[in-house]
Amino acid sequence: MSVIEKLRNIDRRFIFVAIALTVIVPLLRPIGFPIAVSPSVQRLYDAIEQLPPGSKVLMSFDYDPSTMPEVYPMNLAIAQHCFSRNLKVVGIALWPMGVSLGQQALETAAEECGKLYGTDYVNLGYKTGGMVVILAMGRDLRETFPEDFRGTPIEQLPIMEGVRNLNSFKLVVDFSAGDPGVAAWVMIAQARYHKKVGAGCTAVSAPAFYPYLNTGQLVGLLGGMKGAAEYEKLLQSQGPATAGMDAQSIAHAVIIFFILFGNLVMLITKRKTERRSL
Amino acid sequence: MRRQVPLVITFVAGIIMIIQYFIPHEPFAGLQQRFNVWFLIISAFALILGIGNLIKIHGERISRQSAGWGYSVVLLVGLVTMSVVGIGWGIEPGTPFFYLFWNIQIPLSSTMFALLAFFIASASYRAFRARSFEATLLLAAAILVMLGRVPLGNFLWHRLPAVATWIMNYPNTAGQRAIMIGIALGVISSSLRIILGIERGLGGGQQ
Amino acid sequence: MNRQKAFLLVLLFIVFLPWVGAAVGQNTPPAPATQVRAFDTPNDAGGSITITWKKSADDGQGENDVVGYEILRSTASGSGYQKVASVLAGEEGYTDGTVEDNVAYYYVVRAVDGQFSTDSVETGPAMAKAQWFNTDRTSMLVAVLIFSGLVLWFISQAKGGRQLYIRPIPGLAAIDEAVGRATEMGKPVLFIPGIMDMDNIQTIAGITILRRVARKAAEYETPLLVPTSRSLVMTTAQEAVKEAYLDAGRPDAYDPDRIRYLTDNQFGYAAGVDGIMVREKPAAIFYMGCFYAESLILAETGHSVGAIQIAGTAMPAQLPFFVTACDYTLIGEELFAASAYLSREPRLLGSLKGQDFGKAIFMIIIVVGIILESFGIHFLSQWLATG
Repeated sequence: MSVIEKLRNIDRRFIFVAIALTVIVPLLRPIGFPIAVSPSVQRLYDAIEQLPPGSKVLMSFDYDPSTMPEVYPMNLAIAQHCFSRNLKVVGIALWPMGVSLGQQALETAAEECGKLYGTDYVNLGYKTGGMVVILAMGRDLRETFPEDFRGTPIEQLPIMEGVRNLNSFKLVVDFSAGDPGVAAWVMIAQARYHKKVGAGCTAVSAPAFYPYLNTGQLVGLLGGMKGAAEYEKLLQSQGPATAGMDAQSIAHAVIIFFILFGNLVMLITKRKTERRSL
Repeated sequence: MRRQVPLVITFVAGIIMIIQYFIPHEPFAGLQQRFNVWFLIISAFALILGIGNLIKIHGERISRQSAGWGYSVVLLVGLVTMSVVGIGWGIEPGTPFFYLFWNIQIPLSSTMFALLAFFIASASYRAFRARSFEATLLLAAAILVMLGRVPLGNFLWHRLPAVATWIMNYPNTAGQRAIMIGIALGVISSSLRIILGIERGLGGGQQ
Repeated sequence: MNRQKAFLLVLLFIVFLPWVGAAVGQNTPPAPATQVRAFDTPNDAGGSITITWKKSADDGQGENDVVGYEILRSTASGSGYQKVASVLAGEEGYTDGTVEDNVAYYYVVRAVDGQFSTDSVETGPAMAKAQWFNTDRTSMLVAVLIFSGLVLWFISQAKGGRQLYIRPIPGLAAIDEAVGRATEMGKPVLFIPGIMDMDNIQTIAGITILRRVARKAAEYETPLLVPTSRSLVMTTAQEAVKEAYLDAGRPDAYDPDRIRYLTDNQFGYAAGVDGIMVREKPAAIFYMGCFYAESLILAETGHSVGAIQIAGTAMPAQLPFFVTACDYTLIGEELFAASAYLSREPRLLGSLKGQDFGKAIFMIIIVVGIILESFGIHFLSQWLATG
């Protein structure tokens, strides 16, 4: 087998090792590439900036631990932003594991900004049914979520005073890793109840939501860890996403290198076969 | 008769669901929610069948001591352990179930998800080849987006993120929309076939 | 001495009078909310009344000290008012979802600043009722009627014996070839119906293709493995495969244990299926249904064991992965067209034809919409927007 032939059929484990190294090394020794903020992230940031203090924001934690590295940093960053602007946050989850992850993000952000559970933020927990839950919340939130995730009746929570249905919220932000997620919130909360909906999702699923962004059905969108890092930049904080950006940069560069290398090998092989057939 | 009854149920339920979308009045109000609850109840019972199937297959493998039967033991022990601690102490934070879930299940799930990064690299190495003009265009767009989506792109050329955003916003969105409209129409026509009982493979159609 | 004190007090009062006056002036009650209206919330199932008003003159302007509004309700005019809700300043509407149908209600909107409050003029009576038709969805009803009409008309045409052409779909044409190859190699066929439940239409489409694959596998006497991620999908798949084996005249070869439930957990399922691929080394793998992030994990493993792979999904985000790693991919609507394509049954083909005409109408509406919007005419987009 010639060298070219060997390169063409390179054992994919070599590629795996290269990717592992390019992820691990920058995590241990950060480089600090500058981060540019994309318009979709800026728009969500602006939407939150423009809310008057005291307004209520609904957050839906529709992700689970497997997608936590991507979605949690944006959840944390947006919670920090909301609390720093004195907005009140009501959290729910359409994914069972989203409850504790969302709670962790809210607690961390609340501690930094000195916010209190029950007064400044609340977590109403998980309800099964996906889109049906959003529909029901549009009609009557108190019937859908009679108590918070700890079992406290919502009548006893000051933040829930006057909250009847989705109309009580100025903005909905969905943190999504799949279904039910962004599409359900756009279809029900935005299309049916005319709420402003913003979203943060995994990088893999972000391209599918660009049509909603262009039609204005989403006020803003954070895609993957990059979206979270951009948001952290707007907040001028060094969060978990910023730390992962160098690794992602180098990994992308390595994948591009492999693609170009693969094409080069293909070109050389093609030339050789052409010469042979002459 | 055995074939007709499910078809009639499907037809009636399907028509009712279409009607309830347009009529907010009783008895149609809240029907969608009720149907969904019914579905959840049925799938909860179906879970018993699923677990039964799991126990049967792996039980047989253990009793026959066929290849890899040790893994079947691990599976059944895991199934029993999680069920016992879940039913016995609940699943709230602080319980043994939560501890096991957080420290075994979650790292394992994250590991599988992380494999994606490796597979994306190997798949793109193999498949992203400039074989034709279209493939070359796709390749160029992919490289621009990949660079433009990370800080490295911004570092190399400050306009690169804008280029990536443009590709995502216009050519990508146009394609996505076309696919989405096609899918929506496909779903409607497929649903009509199921409601009318002419879809094959689900009891309908001529066998 | 007392005189001096009195004089000082009077002097103080005179000096500070302007400030006292200003402070009292700032603490006047807010201007009331005006143009208060209460009416039955349109297009709902009853049980709700919408209240709208114009902001107080001291909300956002004037003294700008209004902090919010309280909504008061009574069943009698002029008395018995009770607070039902409060909303923030700047709001000009509230939907009261706690009313009973066919009861007359009166409303008052109370503008509140830090100290005082001012009631608006009473409005009412308003009565909640359920509606028999949601007028916001008229355009949707028209679209459904036209589209369904087209599909039904072409189905009836096809039943009448009219020949209909459908374009070749390589992925579907390759199904028989893939099963045949597995047979030649003496290896099993693996069918993965996605990770969602039977309430997802993609799973249903996957099961209809499974039936075709199962029939071929039965004819060729090739083992067919179907690991599922939902119990309900398992039972449905067992039923479909059993019937396919019956159709092929091989009921004896049907083995229900080959269609098995693994786990509901997304990545647990991916790990389980990857394990089956590595152990059983199937020669043909089908991915037909709804997939998420596990799509490439499965397809790359399938590729590494050298299987011929055919995928079909309507998940736009996963399509690039399948296109990259599989030999054939059914893109979006092709998945739903599969049953018609494979069976060549006239009624099913008719529904495809109807679908195509529906698509043509959509294209025309899109072009007309673009032209109208470009000239600032919005009636079409407004009519099409559903609530």
